[in-house]
Amino acid sequence: MRLSSRPLAAAVLLSALALSACTDNAPSSTGDTNTADPRSLTVTAGDSECAVSAASVPAGTLTFQVTNNGSKVTEFYLLGEDGLRILGEVENIGPGLTRDLVLNAAEGAYFTACKPGMVGEGIRNDFTITPSDDQPEVNADDKELLDQANDQYSLYVKDQTEQLLTKTEKFAKLYKAGDDDAAREMYPRARVHWERIETIAESFGDLDPRMDAREADLEEGQKWTGWHKMEKDLWPARAKGYKALTDAERTKIADLLVADTKTLYERTRGMEFSADEIANGSKGLLDEVATGKVTGEEEYWSRTDLWDFQANVDGAKVGFEGLRPVLNKRDPELETKIDTRFTELQALLDQQRQGKDGFKGYDELTQNEVKKLSDAVNALSEPLSKLTAAVV
Amino acid sequence: MPKDEQASQPTHKRGLSRRGLLGATAGVMAAGGAFALGKSDVLSAQPSASAVLGGGYEFYGPHQAGITTPAQDRLHFAAFDVTTTEKSELIALLKDWTEAAARMTRGEPAGGNDSQSYDAPPSDTGEAMGLPTSGLTITFGFGPSLFGEGGKDRFGLADRRPAALTRLPHFPADNLDERRSDGDLCIQACAEDPQVAVHAIRNLSRIAFGRAALRWSQLGFGRTSSTSTAQTTPRNLLGFKDGTNNLKREEPEAIDEHVWVPQGRDPHEDWLVGGSYLVARRINMHIETWDRAPLREQEMIIGRTKDSGAPLSGGEEFTEANFALKGRGDEPIIDSQSHVALAHHGHNKGRKLLRRGYNFVDGADDLGRLNGGLFFLAFVTDPRTHYIPLQNTMSKVDLLMEYLEHTGSGLWAVPPGIGQGEYVGQALLG
Repeated sequence: MRLSSRPLAAAVLLSALALSACTDNAPSSTGDTNTADPRSLTVTAGDSECAVSAASVPAGTLTFQVTNNGSKVTEFYLLGEDGLRILGEVENIGPGLTRDLVLNAAEGAYFTACKPGMVGEGIRNDFTITPSDDQPEVNADDKELLDQANDQYSLYVKDQTEQLLTKTEKFAKLYKAGDDDAAREMYPRARVHWERIETIAESFGDLDPRMDAREADLEEGQKWTGWHKMEKDLWPARAKGYKALTDAERTKIADLLVADTKTLYERTRGMEFSADEIANGSKGLLDEVATGKVTGEEEYWSRTDLWDFQANVDGAKVGFEGLRPVLNKRDPELETKIDTRFTELQALLDQQRQGKDGFKGYDELTQNEVKKLSDAVNALSEPLSKLTAAVV
Repeated sequence: MPKDEQASQPTHKRGLSRRGLLGATAGVMAAGGAFALGKSDVLSAQPSASAVLGGGYEFYGPHQAGITTPAQDRLHFAAFDVTTTEKSELIALLKDWTEAAARMTRGEPAGGNDSQSYDAPPSDTGEAMGLPTSGLTITFGFGPSLFGEGGKDRFGLADRRPAALTRLPHFPADNLDERRSDGDLCIQACAEDPQVAVHAIRNLSRIAFGRAALRWSQLGFGRTSSTSTAQTTPRNLLGFKDGTNNLKREEPEAIDEHVWVPQGRDPHEDWLVGGSYLVARRINMHIETWDRAPLREQEMIIGRTKDSGAPLSGGEEFTEANFALKGRGDEPIIDSQSHVALAHHGHNKGRKLLRRGYNFVDGADDLGRLNGGLFFLAFVTDPRTHYIPLQNTMSKVDLLMEYLEHTGSGLWAVPPGIGQGEYVGQALLG
């Protein structure tokens, strides 16, 4: 886990991605606008003006370079004829900053709007897009595909939290009863459900430190609770002069973990996910592998890192699979690359399987095997980091 | 001001390059470009301000840059394992590397100037933004293992492997760390600014993910050789001037003879004509014990004076050493086992090498000793004649060996330069 987990911004994000136009929200590194290109526009966004350099442009890929020379944070929108439909937007433009909105729009009547202070209707102007040979394809069914991705991912999160709760309860019971062998068996099997949705689980800043902190994550004087405290208690072999927890102490932290897991379960019931959240979640899970699992830091006491490794990869794969139909339409080459790299990584992981559902301990891996796994994680993560931009 | 024909031509591009940031006043721009000028590497008398600040060194040309280019002050060297098993992927990687390297040596972002999505990671990592080109050169090499490993012809290149391209032999007293040795591919990035050299390797490694993985890398500060008569001779960590007798770019005939691979020597070298072989040796120095050695011993071991770098037989730095001159007791003034005697071309069948090494300090070891020394780099026409015999002798009898420990090693074939539209290694893989 990371103590500095980032809260999900679900509520804040507008659902522009669900609309038909393919929006590519991009900064340019150019610093100057090629005035010869009629599709390259500048927008002067002040506190009381929204001056677009042209009111009519040919259809195609448009770039609005929006400069906020007002005193308030502003936003820029391209709206449909009804004044409601958002074709593209660029948010959070601080005073003095320039941001680009790049999008593909078909012929028709539109509005441009600047929203200084991020409130109200904004300063609107008519905007016309005339027919041209570069008309974008309108992908009406992208919305449907993205809805499906959300449905799938929501169901997955629900299912995993259900299983997490059931197995955590079992684990807690065994642990409290002092049935350490059985508890050690259950430990990695319960944790995989956490690890599969780790980016979501750790987004709850109150729960994550209580549930998943490693000893080294704590600040001086902070109380240590959660999975890893119990892990150390069950596998104290690497701990110097370790004093086992008493029955009362065991009961206390096991009950707290179950209670926190219930809270997590309840909070994730109705969660919805936008395409960028799913895609960034997949990338985030691979980041977790790269920084915590492949290095053998996550499960320092139990050495069950490869279970978590597999679970992070499982979760990332589910996110990717959900977005695949959209990705296939937008960037089939990237789709193939990500798919191939998932397969290659899985083949390496499969070599380390042990027992019917488990993995070798991290200590049993040779340095060469760790390097190969790390290379495969890098190989997958690089194209996976491009997934978000391809699907939003 | 000498005409710097290696300075790149101004190119038209959309957007802001690092060079562009410094204004278009970058001094003398060559009209022709080096490649058009023909056979031999174009020589400039010194690293001109325009090359270092504005124009940079041209990436395209008959030879790769970074060999006879006046040695820059900073190095980031990297060796890679090719992880893909597909030849087409290897070619794709070399194409991507070529493009990115050409851009970066012009001071442009590795991924070009196209606009970037806010939702995607930037295609250039950014730490070189706003910095001058700093004379960046990027030089690529192919290791023996690329041509087959353990009897496995990985990319169908086995019958293209030059006879000279094999793993360097074990030299006496070698204590090599395999994690600092060898590699299917290597990249030498040199610049006057370490951040620019590191930026180059970082971005090229990133581009390689999934096709090649970084095996090891070495940072170097302070060149230990001059490759141009316009440069002063620098000092290594022993405190002595190093590379006084190095080959210099102002000696084109000697460079042709001792550095470049000639036509018709080995049919398996057809793709390497105009290229070279790069020897890398990570040589740790026992700095603490060296520093306790009396000056007389230090100078006897090196064969030169410490301050001026003159041979002990007299004169100034560039005075030819007189190995016959005898002193008291009828002993040669320059010890026959001194470094200068053993390294001298007169004692090596006239063979010279183009040295391009760097000092390094990789922190301290567990006992609080500096983990530093010389990252030896040399470009030679054939390691079998120009490096291996020399190193064998040195490892056996060089008095200096008491203070040295070779901890890393590698040999790569450095393909010739390319023209616009080609990719590095095209003659081999195309």
